[in-house]
Amino acid sequence: MLPNWFNKWNRENPTNIYGPAILVGAAGVAVTVAAFLVVVGQPFKTESLQSGPRGTGMSRPEFVSDLAKPDPSIEVMYSEAPYVPEGGEAKASEIYQNVQVLGDLTEDNFNRLMLAMTDWVAPEQGCAYCHGDVEIEEYGKDDLYTKVVARRMIQMTQSINEGWDGHVNANNQVGVTCYTCHRGQNVPSDIWFKMGAVNEAAGGWAAVQNRVTVQSQYTSLPSDALETFLLDYGRIGVHNLEAHVAEYPDQEGVTTWQDTERTFSLMNYVSNSLGVNCVFCHNSRAFYDLEQVTPQWSTEQLGIGMVQEINNEYLVPLEDVYPPERLGPVFADAPKAACKTCHKGYQQPLQGTNVIADWPELATTGEPVYE
Amino acid sequence: MAEYQNIFTQVQVQGKPEWGMATDNAEHERTRKAGFSTLIGWIGNAQLGPVWLGWTGMVSLATGILALNIIGLNMLAQVGWSIPEFIRQLFWLALEPPSPEYGLSFPPLQDGGWYIIASFFLLISVMTWWARTYLLAMEHRMGKHVFWAFGSAIWLFLVLGLFRPILMGSWSEAVPYGIFPHLDWTTAFSIRYGNLYYNPFHALSIVFLYGSVLLFAMHGATILAVTRYGGDRELEQIVDRGTATERAALFWRWTMGFNATMEGIHRWAWWFAVLTPITGGIGILLTGTVVDNWFIWAQEHHFAPMYDGSYGYEAYGSYETFIGQEN
Repeated sequence: MLPNWFNKWNRENPTNIYGPAILVGAAGVAVTVAAFLVVVGQPFKTESLQSGPRGTGMSRPEFVSDLAKPDPSIEVMYSEAPYVPEGGEAKASEIYQNVQVLGDLTEDNFNRLMLAMTDWVAPEQGCAYCHGDVEIEEYGKDDLYTKVVARRMIQMTQSINEGWDGHVNANNQVGVTCYTCHRGQNVPSDIWFKMGAVNEAAGGWAAVQNRVTVQSQYTSLPSDALETFLLDYGRIGVHNLEAHVAEYPDQEGVTTWQDTERTFSLMNYVSNSLGVNCVFCHNSRAFYDLEQVTPQWSTEQLGIGMVQEINNEYLVPLEDVYPPERLGPVFADAPKAACKTCHKGYQQPLQGTNVIADWPELATTGEPVYE
Repeated sequence: MAEYQNIFTQVQVQGKPEWGMATDNAEHERTRKAGFSTLIGWIGNAQLGPVWLGWTGMVSLATGILALNIIGLNMLAQVGWSIPEFIRQLFWLALEPPSPEYGLSFPPLQDGGWYIIASFFLLISVMTWWARTYLLAMEHRMGKHVFWAFGSAIWLFLVLGLFRPILMGSWSEAVPYGIFPHLDWTTAFSIRYGNLYYNPFHALSIVFLYGSVLLFAMHGATILAVTRYGGDRELEQIVDRGTATERAALFWRWTMGFNATMEGIHRWAWWFAVLTPITGGIGILLTGTVVDNWFIWAQEHHFAPMYDGSYGYEAYGSYETFIGQEN
């Protein structure tokens, strides 16, 4: 195919072309990559949030491209400024029947909140989701479980805003509303149920772990951590605070590596819920040492107490109210909340958006303060 | 000269199988067939067999297979005998030691009983294999270096599964048999006892482990580099120094002023490897028995420095700046 003079010349002048070819190829690739980096920039740039002294490695790295995307829930959040009462307006309890919780509100503010709740919780079904497909005169009836639950949830929201200020407003005044958990869904995402034994043909310690479950956050750690700590007030700390302690694992109350795995399971859940890592709260070289924790550790302590109260005071007692399809698959237990139900993977829910400013009615169990 | 391009060995030899010494025992104990495989020739000697199992090998294989099957069948039972689930969750599944409350008594089968049984067979399997390394070395009139080296690994194995659980008074302290679960145990063990990194024997074990890797790389590289002068014939070079040894020694002496000898480098490597599990085992054995919180122990012995600076991100920047919503 090639002309004879060319083949002849090649035969007579044998040359190693592979060495130079590899050299030229490598140099070419290097120049291309270098040019790309100079022109386009580093595509996987990270930013770190330092949370402890230099030398401890306490920081949280994130891709800049991820940080540039705000939580999409913020943009679609519905809110409406309150109507400041001028005095003398009729109260909701005087106009409507069976208003047990929000009876002191003026009609305008009451309807404003009702409207917002449909947007936050039942944007597709609207008022009918709680009140049923009936005339407005019959809205006072408690026929539907959704309405009974909603009333209790309003009380819970008020109680969280009032009683757990130290957790919810630890950084700024942000508060919580129905939207913090619901985000436009009838049932909030990231709720949890009791799992019990996840392994067949196994008992005790062997039965509650080593399976891919949401409760274990897809690790092989115990699946009963949320239940143990966020429902049953289990002891989270596992350490001895002295170098030498005479105790044995089969004794009552002595913490074991098994307990440590359960605590680890909870901590891993918390980290994933907040999109942070261990060193956001702890100096990982001594997890237990209160001299080496961050202020976020204290906020988290309050958060754990808050979730325990939410579950035990508000969510679990509603068990008999729910229809079967809302109950857990194993124990038919009421849905429960934990960190991720509000945080949804963000360090602060809705990235620290102040959701309560427009809703003084939800900020307190007492008389709302309009400004 | 034609050259074989392969992974480790330059040339494959295939021909009449090499049978080795014909001792009295060998006639009875070893298998009667030997063949060649080009595939295994790429990574080592192309000859496959004969194998000398002996009674120790037979016992070891039988009990080992039994232990492995007990573990596997327990995992299969945990997923309701579903093969797809078994495959899907394989890395998560485990045969766990008993719950802590049973102490050193024999627990119910489904709560650690099978674990004890599997461990018993595994113990026999490992110990008979260990005996095999001694007996086969004896058959060859060899030193017992492999036996002792394997013994150091068995020391760590026994500390984890036998000695420490007995000292702690509970079989529950043993390590689960599972891919991820044994890693969970490792993490939880370190955290429970206040951070194993402050355990000096853990530190020593890491030194010898990484040291072994370094020595292995240095020695392997040195020998490959002088193979062209016959340096790969290490044994000949030990008794009769050639230019390969001289160059290798000179290289390291010029590099760092010191060189190991052709013989001594193997003692370096052997001791580094053997000391890795020996020191590690001591560290594990002391944990929970003698020391319950290594970080506090380190503070008491003045080698856990405190760092200057604030805790909490507020001292270094704001959350709003971090997420690019600075106001």
